[in-house]
Amino acid sequence: MKTARSISIALLVVVCAASLLANVFAPASYSAQFRDVPDSPPSKTHWLGTDALGRDRFSRVLYGTRVSLLLAPAAALISTLLAVVIGGVAGFLGGPWERIALWTTDMFLSLPWIFLLIAVRAVLPLNVSPEISIIITFSLLGILGWAPCARVLCTSSRELRDSDFVLQARASGLKTTRVLAMHIVPNLAPILLAQFWISIPVFILAEANLGVLGLGVAEPLPSWGSLLRELQGYGTFVDQPCQLAALVLLVIVVTCFQMVLPSKEFAS
Amino acid sequence: MLHRVSKHVARILIMALVGGLLGATLVRFAPGFDVDERELDIRLSDQSKAALRAELETQHSIPKFYAKYLGGLLTGDLGFSRTLNRPAVELIRERFPLTIREIGIGLAVGWIVGLTLAVPAASLKSWPVTLLTGAVTAALLSIPAAVLALMFVWLRWPASVAIGLLLTPKIFAYSRNLLVHGYELPHVLTARSKGAGEWHVFFWHVLPPAAPQLLALAGVTVSVAVGAAIPIEALCDQPGIGQLAWQAALARDLVLLVNLTLIVTLITVVANSFSDLLGESLKRRPA
Repeated sequence: MKTARSISIALLVVVCAASLLANVFAPASYSAQFRDVPDSPPSKTHWLGTDALGRDRFSRVLYGTRVSLLLAPAAALISTLLAVVIGGVAGFLGGPWERIALWTTDMFLSLPWIFLLIAVRAVLPLNVSPEISIIITFSLLGILGWAPCARVLCTSSRELRDSDFVLQARASGLKTTRVLAMHIVPNLAPILLAQFWISIPVFILAEANLGVLGLGVAEPLPSWGSLLRELQGYGTFVDQPCQLAALVLLVIVVTCFQMVLPSKEFAS
Repeated sequence: MLHRVSKHVARILIMALVGGLLGATLVRFAPGFDVDERELDIRLSDQSKAALRAELETQHSIPKFYAKYLGGLLTGDLGFSRTLNRPAVELIRERFPLTIREIGIGLAVGWIVGLTLAVPAASLKSWPVTLLTGAVTAALLSIPAAVLALMFVWLRWPASVAIGLLLTPKIFAYSRNLLVHGYELPHVLTARSKGAGEWHVFFWHVLPPAAPQLLALAGVTVSVAVGAAIPIEALCDQPGIGQLAWQAALARDLVLLVNLTLIVTLITVVANSFSDLLGESLKRRPA
C-alpha cells in the first residue's frame, strides 16, 4: 500500500509539473488551428493527433490539465474556508447558531449536488468569455461544495468546544475570537487538510460532468471537461484512440488522489 | 411513533418549501429574468408588449412570485414552459415514470453489485479479493458520470445500469466498512469460534447491527441516483426528468427549474426520512 501511495504521489507530481510547464512542452497553442490536418492521427508534429478543428490534441490536453488541476484545488480551498466559517464557527458557538448551520447543511445535502450545480450554472450567463466561464465554473464548485465538509467540522469543533483545554482557555478570560484562532482552528487543521484533499477529485469529476454537458469551461480554453466532449462523437474513438487521452489522464489522476487519501495520518 | 412520523412530515414540508423558495430566489436574480424574448417580435403591437411587461411586473417581488407559484401549485398549475411551449405539469407527468423506473433499476443494480463486492471483501479478508474489489470500485469512482453515459450509449446498454454502476462504489465502500466492523464484534467472534456457518453468522449476527446504517445509506443513495440520472438521461437521450432538467438549464427555462428543484428536494427528503424512520424502528426493536 505504501508503494502504491508513493507511485501515486510521484505520478501526481509528474502530471502537475508537465501541466504547469505546458508553455514549454506544448508544441502549439491550445487554440492554434492547423486547418490542413483536421482529425489527423498521431504524427511527429502532433503526438496525439489533432481534433476536428485541427488543434493539436497534446497541447490541449496539457493546457486542459493545467486548468483542471490548478482550479480544482482553488475550488476546494473556497469550499473548505466556507465550511470553516459555517460549520466550524457554528459548532463552536453552539445553541441556535449550530442548529441553523446544521439545518442549512442538511438542506444543501438533501439536494443532489450535480442538480444544484446545473441549476445554479443555468441561471448564470452562458455566453461569457472563456476566462470568466472558468471563474464561474470553479467558483460555483467551491461555493456549493461546502456542506459535507461543514457537517464534519461542526461536529469536530463542538467536541473541541467542550474539551478541557478550551474550557481552561475560556475560564482564563480569553476572547472568543482568540480561542477560535489559537485553539479551535489549529486543532481542526488535520480535518481541514483531509477535507480539502477529498474535495479535489470530487471537483475534478464535477467539472468534467459539467464540461461534457456543455455547462463548463467555454471554448477555446480547454479543461478536462471540455476535452471529454470529443467523446460525444459516439465511437469515433475507435478510429482515433487518442481522443481518450484526456479521459485516461483524468482516471489516472483521480485514482492517484484516491490512493493518496486513505492515509492514517488524516484520521489522527 | 406518531410523534416521530409527524416530525418527519413537518421536516419534509419545510425542506420542500425552503428548497422551492431558494429555487425561486435564484431564478428571480438570474440575469435576463425580467426580459421576455417575445418582445423582440416585430409583429406584436405596443399593447401586447405592455401586457407582457405587466405579466413580468407581478414576478418582481420574490414573496409575491413565490406566493403566486405556491397558489398555482395547490391548484395543480405549475406554470408554463416557454422553451418547450407546454404546461410544466404535463412535461413532468410524462417524464416522471421513466425516471422513477430508471432510478429504481439503478438502485437495485447498485445495491446488488455493491453488496456482492462488499460481503466477500469484508468476510474473506484475502488480499486478491480486496485488490480486485478495490480496483473495480476505484475505477468506477474515477470515471465521470457523463463519460459512463457516453460509453453506455456506444455499447447500447440500458442507461439505468449506468446509474447503478455509479452508485456501486459508494455502496461498496460504506457497506464494506460497516460489515468489517460487524465481523469484529465480540458476539460474532464467539459465534464463529463455536463453529457457526458463514451464512448463519452473516444473516444472524453481522447484518442486523448494520441494518440501521445500511438503511440510512439507502436514503442517501436515492439522492445520488437522482443526481446521476441528470447527465445519464441527457446523454443517453432518455426522455426523463434528468433530461428535462438539463434542457431547462441550457435553455434557461426558469419555471421548469423551480419546479424540478421542488420535486428533486421532495424525492430526496422523503427517501431520507423514510430510511431514517425505518432505521429508528429497527434500532428500537428489542433483540
